[in-house]
Amino acid sequence: MKKLLGVLMIGLLTACASTTEQSADVEDRAIGANGGAGDASALDSGSPDFHPLQDPNSILSQRSVYYDYDSYSVKNEYRELVMSHARYLRDNANSKVLLQGNTDDRGSREYNLALGQRRADGVKSMMTLSGARDAQVESVSLGEEKPSAVGHDESSWSQNRRTDIIYRGE
Amino acid sequence: MPIQSRQFFRSAWILVVWLISAPLQAGLDIEIFGGGTTRIPIAIVPFADEHQLEQSVTAVVGTDLERSGLFRLVDPEDLRPYAPVEIVYSDWTDRGASALVIGRTILMPGGLVEIQFRLMDVARKEQLTALAATVPMTQLRATAHRIADIIYEALTGDVGVFSTRIAYVLKQGDRYALQVADADGHNAQSIIEYTEPIISPAWSPDGNQLAYVSFENKKPVVYIQTLGTRERKEVANFSGSNSAPAWSPDGKRLAVVLTVQGGSQIYLINADGSGMQRLSRSSGIDTEPSFSPDGRSIIFTSDRGGSPQIYRMSVTETENSMAERLTFEGNYNVSPDFSEDGRSFTFINRNNGRFNVAVQDFGSRQMQILTNSQFDESPSFAPNGKMILYATEIGGRGILSAVSRDGQTRQHLSIQAGDIREPAWGPLAK
Repeated sequence: MKKLLGVLMIGLLTACASTTEQSADVEDRAIGANGGAGDASALDSGSPDFHPLQDPNSILSQRSVYYDYDSYSVKNEYRELVMSHARYLRDNANSKVLLQGNTDDRGSREYNLALGQRRADGVKSMMTLSGARDAQVESVSLGEEKPSAVGHDESSWSQNRRTDIIYRGE
Repeated sequence: MPIQSRQFFRSAWILVVWLISAPLQAGLDIEIFGGGTTRIPIAIVPFADEHQLEQSVTAVVGTDLERSGLFRLVDPEDLRPYAPVEIVYSDWTDRGASALVIGRTILMPGGLVEIQFRLMDVARKEQLTALAATVPMTQLRATAHRIADIIYEALTGDVGVFSTRIAYVLKQGDRYALQVADADGHNAQSIIEYTEPIISPAWSPDGNQLAYVSFENKKPVVYIQTLGTRERKEVANFSGSNSAPAWSPDGKRLAVVLTVQGGSQIYLINADGSGMQRLSRSSGIDTEPSFSPDGRSIIFTSDRGGSPQIYRMSVTETENSMAERLTFEGNYNVSPDFSEDGRSFTFINRNNGRFNVAVQDFGSRQMQILTNSQFDESPSFAPNGKMILYATEIGGRGILSAVSRDGQTRQHLSIQAGDIREPAWGPLAK
């Protein structure tokens, strides 16, 4: 019983730890938004009321690239999205992005982890070829472990085959 | 008559207590399907005075043997021989039993139990093997598994795996627990619990440690945890992803998958995390390494040929040594695991959207599909090579299942609430 309590305690401590980190993220977001506001004038597109990254009329507000089954190639319809973020990074040397590759939940978890990495790496490669510096872009994989849709059908699976572009401090 | 009915009520009461307590222990329930055509008919007579124990030894022995798919239980009805002189062999030939298990249990002071057991050959009317052991009441299940192992070995010639353990990941809500349980799913214990995913548990060859991948640091990192002390250490936390740990047979090294030099590639590290050395070198994905029993080669998943397939490469030669492709049927073969005799491997084959457990011999190169479910994952050989443990899905819920090497017998091990995935069958008890 003591051992069991020990495990539970570790679990609770972990839960607390991750909660703390999340609230830290929220604070970062505020700082990031203010800090980045100065860069907004660098972009001619978008309405003045929004930071270009948040402007719903700007392509920069779109943050996800979706894939075909088993595939890691960026489809033509997402090339402009990736290029726009690459240009933003080129023009805003202080901005950094995290690319999170994801897969649907079918098949091997480890292979999916590698496939998600390949998806994120592919987006990173496009970005660095279009002017973003290597140090501005980090690519990681969540594999099938963090699905945004939990259903077991093509509509859920297609939402989960995805690379998310996350600006640091957002 | 009154004595018998009292016995009945006592065992019924024990059964009720077990049923009530099972969900609290989060024990696994077992369902068995199919069965081989040439199963050995065996009669197991409840041991003398077994009803005084907290746990029926013969019930555990019977369930163990039955779920191996190699035995058929013959009902002893009201026959109760406890010693060889009490056996009327014609009773058992009449019932079609070729083997007979009898024994006694004797309560000793200090919560100890003496268990005597004999395995009899019905046709030859002679004893095949026997065991006498004095154990604490808490060790009754473990002793029953030992007895089942002895019977299995005496009658099949193969090593029994009823005393081994399994590891798996249990997801309940947003909590993930790495658990270790007996091979029959009982005595489940959480080794570690998190709110972030845990994947890919791998047993050290001595059964004392588990390597696994945790996402607690917002990215996959490989840890090794010692089961006895709960002590754990980070062994691969390089830039990028760290995953798919596999132990070398001598327990000194791990093959892991890192993205530190770009792409998912296989590296060797020492078990303390030092001495990182690149093993595979391809422009594609190389992952899911599994060591050969002699430690000289690995099999792994790679998409270097355009689709994920199983390959083999030497570990002893240079990193540029050629990898040999092993699978050719279908465009998705993943998650290989070497059998203990090194002659075959199990893996997941995708065909028409179904993911099934398959085996292939290195000699014949023939693939055999063993299951007909929809979403099988993570196959893992039993240490005697006779069963394969894997994860599958029923009604959208992850459960564990096991299939015999010939595909004849399958069993589900399910838990009351939650998703079970990523099983790994531990080594033989030392």
